[in-house]
Amino acid sequence: MIDEIGKSLLKEVAELDALPVGAYNIRVNGESSARNTTANIDIVSKEDKSGIDIIIKPGTKNESVHIPVVLSQSGLKETVYNDFYVGEDCDVTIVAGCGIHNCGTGDSSHAGVHRFFVGKNAKLRYVEKHYGEGDGRGKRVMNPTTEMHLEEGASVLMEATQISGIDDTVRKTIATLAEGANLEVQEKVLTDGEQKAVSEFVADLNGEGCSCNIVSRTVAKDQSVQHFSSTLNGNAPCSGHTECDSIIMNGAKVSASPNLTASNVDASLIHEAAIGKIAGEQLLKLMTLGLTEEEAEEKIVSGFLK
Amino acid sequence: MLELKNISFQAEDEKEILKDVSLKIDDKIVVITGPNGGGKSTLAKVIAGIVTPTGGQILLDGEDITGYSVTERANAGISLAFQQPVRFKGLTVRDLITIAAGKELNVSEACSYLSEVGLCAKDYIDRELNASLSGGEIKRIEIATILARGSKFSIFDEPEAGIDLWSFQSLIRVFEKMQKEYKGTILIISHQERILDIADKIIYIKDGMVEQYGPKDEILKTLINTAQPGCDVLMQKI
Repeated sequence: MIDEIGKSLLKEVAELDALPVGAYNIRVNGESSARNTTANIDIVSKEDKSGIDIIIKPGTKNESVHIPVVLSQSGLKETVYNDFYVGEDCDVTIVAGCGIHNCGTGDSSHAGVHRFFVGKNAKLRYVEKHYGEGDGRGKRVMNPTTEMHLEEGASVLMEATQISGIDDTVRKTIATLAEGANLEVQEKVLTDGEQKAVSEFVADLNGEGCSCNIVSRTVAKDQSVQHFSSTLNGNAPCSGHTECDSIIMNGAKVSASPNLTASNVDASLIHEAAIGKIAGEQLLKLMTLGLTEEEAEEKIVSGFLK
Repeated sequence: MLELKNISFQAEDEKEILKDVSLKIDDKIVVITGPNGGGKSTLAKVIAGIVTPTGGQILLDGEDITGYSVTERANAGISLAFQQPVRFKGLTVRDLITIAAGKELNVSEACSYLSEVGLCAKDYIDRELNASLSGGEIKRIEIATILARGSKFSIFDEPEAGIDLWSFQSLIRVFEKMQKEYKGTILIISHQERILDIADKIIYIKDGMVEQYGPKDEILKTLINTAQPGCDVLMQKI
């Protein structure tokens, strides 16, 4: 059963008011609470460990899978292994998300290990949203690991967002790209208070003509600490771009370390990293439009993370 | 009406940028012109509250706004189009116009301001205000935000700066249209004859002082007659 707290978490991480259309698996406090499969999308529980296999038939178009996770039991720690098999020529959306409500004293943590096997010429949009709430002393911890394996001509857009309430996170994303594959990653992170966030990307661009674009925008407030690292390995004629753009406020600390390695003369790799406070002229401009300094700051931050 | 009483401003290096400037501005379009470094932009910033004057008083419709913050002045009815518009990663043209209007706008309302400045609204409304916009585009968007505000006193700091000849033609049309339809006073800082031409009155500022202030025709005549070639200092040395 999903209680009121669970429902509000579901709304935050999956924008769901009711059960979603299409395939879904909803995990509440360590157990599968609702599941639906369709003619093209099968969801099977793993037998050797916690987690599910999501199998999407080749050629499936315009279907979606929702696999939200909610934790409202303080002190619960879990690691879940989910494997996604996206068949050739599919065009699908997968929405994963985790919401933690911790009002107790024990640390609650969720570690999702997601592996994606994206078939030839398949198109996938993967949306992942992390959210935490609750006023207990127990920490809310999330450590997602994402593995993306793109076959020839596959294309993946990954949108990862963590805007609120996660005390500690180590996010690892690794990807391998075959010929002509394309991976776009858009990451948005906001930390405040004493929160810590680490995000590490490693992409191996192995196939001719593959491309990868990793864009991370983050805001660090108060005393929070962020670290971003991004490694692109260009092993074939390919193009790769990685960008980390951070706004630093108050007493926060942000570090960024892009890392490029090319082992092919036709690999073209670019990195950009910028860390800075909100520009004074941006605040002034919005103030001349009638906003107070605080309102201007809020607009700039929310626009940046949109 | 905007009234400046004995406004002075001294920079940190003690250079006097504005010296005892007193002005009453209540015509529809007033253009400030004069040599670079003469204090024109500083005066615009003093009016908008970005720069605090070292001395003097500013009144808007009789209300003393000298002690008002930037936000308070904006809400009292003062707008400023920056000489170099600010870029924002993430905020869109629609976001900025909505903030400027101070209320939620539907798409057609937001688009109408862009059309006014000669931009095809559907191509721009959802664009980010980032480095992908050209100087001319962002300048016109800046002007659109001022139109959206509809303030009683709007300042444009060198609207022609950074835009090409073709954009300039449409910029002139924007001001011509504002002259006919806009309610409120428009103060433009400009060096362009075409812009001076649409003014009701012209203010000539040099070395931080108002040298001349009067009806357009009168001032234009004296400016043309007294125009000196090149730089004074250099001329004296030759």
